[in-house]
Amino acid sequence: MDGITGGRTSEHKRCMLTNLFDGIASGMVLFILASGLAVTLGLMNFVNLAHGAFAMAGGYATVQLTTKWGVPFLASLPLAFLISAALGAIFERTLYVHLYARPHLEQVLFSIGLVFMAVAVADYFIGSQQQYAVVPDYLKGRFDFYGVGVGKYRLFIIAVCGVIMLTLQAILTRSRFGAQLRAAVDDARTARGLGIPVARIFTLTFAVGSGLAGLGGALGAEILTLTPTFPLKYMISFLIVVTVGGTSSISGPFLAALLLGIADVAGNYYLPAVGAFITYALMLAVLMLRPQGLFARAQ
Amino acid sequence: MRWKPLLELAFWLLAFGAIFLLPRRLLLLNEIAILALFALSLDLILGYAGIVSLGHAAFLGLGAYTAGLTAKHFAVDPLIAIAAAAALSGLLGFTTSFLVLRGSDLTRLMVTLAVALLLGEAANKMQWLTGGSDGLQGVTVSAVAGLFEFDLRGRTAYVLSLTTLLLLFLVARRMMASPFGMSLRTIRDNPLRAAAIGVPVTRRLVTIYTIAAIYAGIAGGLLAVTTQFVSLDVFDFSRSADVMLVLILGGTGYLYGGILGAVAFKILQDVLSGITPQFWHFWIGLLLVLLMVIGRNRINGWFTALAQPFRRHVDREVAS
Repeated sequence: MDGITGGRTSEHKRCMLTNLFDGIASGMVLFILASGLAVTLGLMNFVNLAHGAFAMAGGYATVQLTTKWGVPFLASLPLAFLISAALGAIFERTLYVHLYARPHLEQVLFSIGLVFMAVAVADYFIGSQQQYAVVPDYLKGRFDFYGVGVGKYRLFIIAVCGVIMLTLQAILTRSRFGAQLRAAVDDARTARGLGIPVARIFTLTFAVGSGLAGLGGALGAEILTLTPTFPLKYMISFLIVVTVGGTSSISGPFLAALLLGIADVAGNYYLPAVGAFITYALMLAVLMLRPQGLFARAQ
Repeated sequence: MRWKPLLELAFWLLAFGAIFLLPRRLLLLNEIAILALFALSLDLILGYAGIVSLGHAAFLGLGAYTAGLTAKHFAVDPLIAIAAAAALSGLLGFTTSFLVLRGSDLTRLMVTLAVALLLGEAANKMQWLTGGSDGLQGVTVSAVAGLFEFDLRGRTAYVLSLTTLLLLFLVARRMMASPFGMSLRTIRDNPLRAAAIGVPVTRRLVTIYTIAAIYAGIAGGLLAVTTQFVSLDVFDFSRSADVMLVLILGGTGYLYGGILGAVAFKILQDVLSGITPQFWHFWIGLLLVLLMVIGRNRINGWFTALAQPFRRHVDREVAS
């Protein structure tokens, strides 16, 4: 009898670890997707609900490159980043720049308009069915790690996202650019007076944020559902990551994304009847109790 | 300015006259009236109290499901079903108002969004009650007040919705012209000063948020009763976004904005989806982007310049 229960427990534990692993992987992708928003919404205080549209662009770029043009998957990732970043830069220069100083309501309406347009454009050119990228064979399948099933693709995601997260953290806190960005956000006028090219820094930041979203969309093309409604569907996840994580650091949104990813996978597995309900309720609770974010220091 | 009441009278006469003038478009007109009521509800909190909401569909949806379920299970008069919708939505508005009052615009956006998502997800999961993603089917509605049966043309539906809209509009106008409405505008323009001159800010905002929720609940109730069907999309984010666009199209803070916006929006939708059925949201999105990039104030400025001799009340909306 001991053997049976023991076997079941370890089976259960393995399953749990696999779920945990999958949760971490989707949390990591979520972080990459939302990191740009953490900067534009968190630091620059711009409510950009259209962030997901840039992610979708990256996802579709990878699908297009790998399936139609035969570009290797690994090469398509940086291209997805560049395409989304270029889109971000163009939109920032032509449209977003007019709305920095406007009330939140107008930023919301403007970016909702962009989302509507992006959804319709994607639907028109690509169609409403789900799209998949071509993932190379060496990233497919699972291997056994001490009895825990580890998906190769998910391991790859965790590695890539981990590196990006550390790089971002270093750039924002250690580099000259990060200091200039924080100065420009804190007080644009004074920063300009000190010779910091505020407009150029904002454009660059916005472009990199959009590019990261595109990269996230490309990486997530395999584990998220890439359809034209992508920007609407994941908007709330990005917002949760930014609000729950707070905006005073990169590690806050990072932890929030991990938490959300794990909660999502675990919730779907263990409590399918409740599903996203818990996630939304938790978000409300955090908004009520710690409006500055769960992982931020109270001001 | 003697002719302004005349213009209003003409507008409402035209709205009621449409029963005979446009007998083939009554279903569309019914949708317009309901959307107008929904937008009027948003105007109460956004235009008068300055509360931004990304989840106003929460009240519409709760109202729709309440009325639908009441009509389905208790076979009551549709007016009672709508009253139940108003009551429950009002209760939700009252409870959530305390969440919404805290924090900045951004927090409000997120909280209202989260409430709507929460309810949508609840309706999705409570399949035994709501029918889940299949929608609430088998809603049969008896005659209004035992007299007026619902017809396929939508005549009864339109008369019911339009009458409700007119009554609630008059109530709203009376409220906004009262000291209560004045104090709301004071809060919108400067909450700190409002509090300093003795306006009970929190109580006023809780009240108007609850009233707006009741209005939206009634709109939802009308939707359920007149279409005899409720689906999960009543909680959709795009509902909340659309109603915001409707209100912005028509202009905030003078009550007619929601109504005119609803007329413009539905006609636009009708025409655009006639051209490109699936992609009409593209044009709506483009319109929003253009409106916002050019700037609301500047556009209002054009209108004011154009309509200088006609519109005195515009001054008030430009101030927002």
